[in-house]
Amino acid sequence: MNKTNIKVGIPRGLFYYQFYPLWKSFFEELGAEIVLSDNTTRKILDDGVKKCIDEACLPVKIFHGHVASLKGKVDYLFIPRYTSISKKEYICPKFGGLPDMIRHTFDELPKIIDTEINLRKSNRNALKAAIEIGRYFSDDTDSIKKAYRKAMANYREFRQNVKNSTIPVELLGKKTAGAETQSKEEGSNRTLSNENQSNEAPLNIAILGHGYNLYDNYANMNLLAKLKELGSRITTVDMVDGRVIQEKSKLLNKKTFWYFGTKVLGSTFHLLDRDDIDGIIYIMSFGCGIDSFICDLVERKVRRTGSIPFIIITIDEHSGEAGLNTRIEAFIDMIRWRNNYENNISSYGQPVYLR
Amino acid sequence: MKITFPHMGNLYICVKALLDDLNIDYIIPPFSSKKSLELGTRFAPECACLPLKITIGNFLEANEQGADTVLMAGGCGPCRFGYYCEMHREILADLDVNMNVIALEPPDGDIKELLKRIRELTGGFNVFKIFNAVKNATKIAIAVDELERLTFKIQPREIEKGSVNSIYKQFRENVVKTRSSREIKELIKNTREKLSHVKINDKANPLRIGIVGEIYTTIDDYTSFDIQQRLGRMGVEVDRYVTVSGWITEHIMKQALKLPRDLSYAKAAKPYLGTMIGGHAQETIGNTVLYSQKGYDGVIQIYPLTCMPEIVAESILPAVERDYDIPILTLIIDEMTGEAGYLTRVEAFIDLLYRRREKTRVEGKYILSGD
Repeated sequence: MNKTNIKVGIPRGLFYYQFYPLWKSFFEELGAEIVLSDNTTRKILDDGVKKCIDEACLPVKIFHGHVASLKGKVDYLFIPRYTSISKKEYICPKFGGLPDMIRHTFDELPKIIDTEINLRKSNRNALKAAIEIGRYFSDDTDSIKKAYRKAMANYREFRQNVKNSTIPVELLGKKTAGAETQSKEEGSNRTLSNENQSNEAPLNIAILGHGYNLYDNYANMNLLAKLKELGSRITTVDMVDGRVIQEKSKLLNKKTFWYFGTKVLGSTFHLLDRDDIDGIIYIMSFGCGIDSFICDLVERKVRRTGSIPFIIITIDEHSGEAGLNTRIEAFIDMIRWRNNYENNISSYGQPVYLR
Repeated sequence: MKITFPHMGNLYICVKALLDDLNIDYIIPPFSSKKSLELGTRFAPECACLPLKITIGNFLEANEQGADTVLMAGGCGPCRFGYYCEMHREILADLDVNMNVIALEPPDGDIKELLKRIRELTGGFNVFKIFNAVKNATKIAIAVDELERLTFKIQPREIEKGSVNSIYKQFRENVVKTRSSREIKELIKNTREKLSHVKINDKANPLRIGIVGEIYTTIDDYTSFDIQQRLGRMGVEVDRYVTVSGWITEHIMKQALKLPRDLSYAKAAKPYLGTMIGGHAQETIGNTVLYSQKGYDGVIQIYPLTCMPEIVAESILPAVERDYDIPILTLIIDEMTGEAGYLTRVEAFIDLLYRRREKTRVEGKYILSGD
């Protein structure tokens, strides 16, 4: 028997950008009503900053803001405990402790669905977790399993589309048309399609970073759209094939034990092998524990091996948009000038670029 | 091959005992200082946690003295510590410092590779000798931690202020001059003897404070601005569950041998933090609960800036504070921390705890001095 008309609140933050298609079809299949928080806004960020402890990173603060905006509107809050989503790898301690952080930060919250998802030892735990979550909505194990299978199919299709160079926000946007009205207020004239919007030859720019930094247009101050306007084609880490990543990550002396670390380092090796990448941008949030190491390693690898321009953009709740614009424009200009005017032979002393 | 290793509080004593007994040539890096920190800060990533920066400094200073191999512990996450060895390797390589980093861990569970690394270190594989050396080193780690705990007990009660501190400081300096685990054991015994002669005030009823938080910053005196000894001199009895010996026996040995571990902290933390999320977050929460149950006056949490597990713990601690009515002070340390500001906060916290004691003495009525 399905219990209908249960409202599940999903905060639009952290793993939303990766797993929303899966959650959505799973809950809908079980007859639950999904209440998704709005796109990140100034108010959501401010609420999050007020509630969350100062030391947390920007995406966690934003997540707190989204939770605050859902408070009182839903029967359940869906904040699963994501311990691990890949073999022998973790995500981040903050993901593992997220439901506890939320629970002890807010008063009078709706009940939190905090089922642990831990695929560190076996992928089969995913189904187990799904059944546990499904119990909130249905007593029938078979229908939960069916919903899970359908959700997985939907998720795979989504990932495939991302791999074919579609930026996830676009896909997510299409599928949540109802909740999209609010997102129009800011940057509505900007589209994210991978078409060249500038008159100059397109540049291939690779962007590395956590999904919730890359695709949250408020957090990164519309970085992707800005790059598009400056005439670049964007490749993100999510567009690199998982098998390539696994293969390339074997080049590491010790494989990282973070899902994200392996993904980014593997992608970096792959990008360095490709000769059509014009520049690499790394977006990290200030104070991110994993980025502090991975970003440093990526920088070392890029600088050691190649002549690909590389820039790190650190974001936090104080980031100013003008500063970001200046840096991005300078970065793109530099690449263009180099392609147009530089003969790659320095007029004095050692050549600047060795290719 | 000249081996060196990072500093972490009294860890050098037990590593020294181990290497002495195995006849391995080594250099103990100079005690962590401002110089080590500055060196590390210059070369380590900006947002990395403080222990990475200080250990880089340790290695560079040891390298100046001729060390060419670094001995590091490994790990499998999710705390960043498990990837320290790789960061060290990369940073040293980019600095053109010719140092080999050996991580003592089975990579991907490969025990053979671990044994190979050990063989490389010891230049042979005498199981009996290695077993004995490890056993002795563990015993010494336990004895040193007991000694430290003894100073925590005596210091707030000493009549002549500073006497415990000078004995303890002398011990730490003299250890470096010993040549074998037996001599270290002897030295520990002598120091205990000396401590037992310190005149104490039996009637003292010092404040009791539990120290919780990330292992490195709580154990390492340089990093924590010597907080435990300072509190002792201020007449406060401190306690800390997380120790070097505890880390070796509970975390490494019992886990490797699959023996039952002391998980009382995990049980205490259960209502607040259900699972292990890496680092010492669960210990921090659980030990805070245990300290409150034992009637401690307050708890101080210390961790390095950007430490992921402790951030989770910090955001949960207010719930423990409320439920158990125990004041908690959180101190976050990085290379920019100023000593004066840090100590002012500690002193204010101590004052607050003294006032709270007065409060309870008047039969639960809120009467403070001056009323």
